[in-house]
Amino acid sequence: MTRELWKGNEAIAESALRAGLEAYFGYPITPQTELLEYLARKMPEMKRVFIQAESEVAAINMVYGAAAGGARVMSSSSSPGVSLMQEGLSYIAASEVPVVLVDIMRGGPGLGNIAPTQADYFQLTKGGGHGDYHPIVLAPATVQEAADLTYEAFDLAEKYRCIVIVAADGNIGQMMEPAELPAPRQIDKRDRGWELTGAVGRERRIITSLYMQPEDLEQVNVRLQGKQKQIEQNEVRYQEYLLDDAEYAVIAFGTAARVALTAVKWARAKGIRVGLFRPISLFPFPYARVAELSKKVRALLVVEMNAGQMLEDVRLAARDALPISFFGKMGGTVPFPDDVLPEIEKMVG
Amino acid sequence: MLAKNMQVVYKMPDALTDVAPTTLPGMTTTSSPRGRDVELQGFPLHMAEMLAQMPGASYIVRRSVHDPGHINQTRKAIKAALKVQLNQAGFSLVEILSNCPTNWGMSAMESMNFLKEQMVPFYPLGDYRIADAVKSLIVK
Repeated sequence: MTRELWKGNEAIAESALRAGLEAYFGYPITPQTELLEYLARKMPEMKRVFIQAESEVAAINMVYGAAAGGARVMSSSSSPGVSLMQEGLSYIAASEVPVVLVDIMRGGPGLGNIAPTQADYFQLTKGGGHGDYHPIVLAPATVQEAADLTYEAFDLAEKYRCIVIVAADGNIGQMMEPAELPAPRQIDKRDRGWELTGAVGRERRIITSLYMQPEDLEQVNVRLQGKQKQIEQNEVRYQEYLLDDAEYAVIAFGTAARVALTAVKWARAKGIRVGLFRPISLFPFPYARVAELSKKVRALLVVEMNAGQMLEDVRLAARDALPISFFGKMGGTVPFPDDVLPEIEKMVG
Repeated sequence: MLAKNMQVVYKMPDALTDVAPTTLPGMTTTSSPRGRDVELQGFPLHMAEMLAQMPGASYIVRRSVHDPGHINQTRKAIKAALKVQLNQAGFSLVEILSNCPTNWGMSAMESMNFLKEQMVPFYPLGDYRIADAVKSLIVK
């Protein structure tokens, strides 16, 4: 494989193609649009399905249909568009079909702006649509990681027959970095026993999210919750930096983690024993590891590009074991290491 | 009054242009690099014709801004639509064909000509519904 200069959105698109993406349905929205445009160019040449739908609502329902037919399928959007998709995502979660969604997060609430934020954390990790479900949410911090997680997202979606969301901010979508994209692969098209391929010579299958009998819907929910427990056990991902001898820790994901790491290194140069903990899976959140960490260090600083969303999960994990401070930037403003270093110094006291 | 920009292409803040509801068949955009394929992306919407069929529609017209005469007609139509609303006389729509030289990759004059020669024949100008009750409100 070669190391090439890739724009985040295009690296995600190419990685999805190499992962065997068969059908894409989406709708343009900045700062995600290059992803859709890349696939608009490539997919017809490859005899794969690309459709620009008339809206995000239409796009996610096309995704639902193609996934029910057994296709390896994805959509992508940015925050306001992902809000529009929530009804469809809830139906997809209930119907247990594998779907990959990319959210290149931008400023909100409302139409907001097109600058990078992490303010969709609540919506993405806590369900988003109605009913009891959580998608798997993976948060890359580099273009390389965005490509790798997208590639892997299809396997996870198919393993658990669930939604996997790659949650990157506009910064990762828009910036260019060297990356080595995963190799193209053939996908296994053997029948998996649930997809709708035409009931010739076999029992018919039904994919639905409608269960009028409460006892039936209870059973569906019990199954979904069981699957969620498995996901929580198997799919926690995080990365640790300079934490071995740390007395203090910063917790951040995505772009905020890259900024925080620079500040952590500056603090180290000043003799502060601080490290960085970076959740990669936002759902399942690494509660157990943060709980361990909270017993090991004296204080935590959470840095996010929002008003303090992951902060709530950190508090749940740490359970008042130690002081937790927060530094957040909102509205599409991005923190600088110069902003974070004083917060680290304040935490140390 | 309904004010909605039914763009021919979407103008993104980074100067990209994508298929929109009124993109002409075959028109090339960054999300339809081979031209709008009506089989995949559907036909353009004729909003004025559609909404003129709805119960409650009182003043439904299409105008263009490709020359001073048509700009004046557009102004009059907007005024009429607002009058209909002030009199609570029903639903109004003024659909306006407009140009976007930057994102069409044209000079200002070329984009005016494109409006006149390509857009107007596909989206005919005219009055699609003017209810009897609102006729007295409209200045010719």
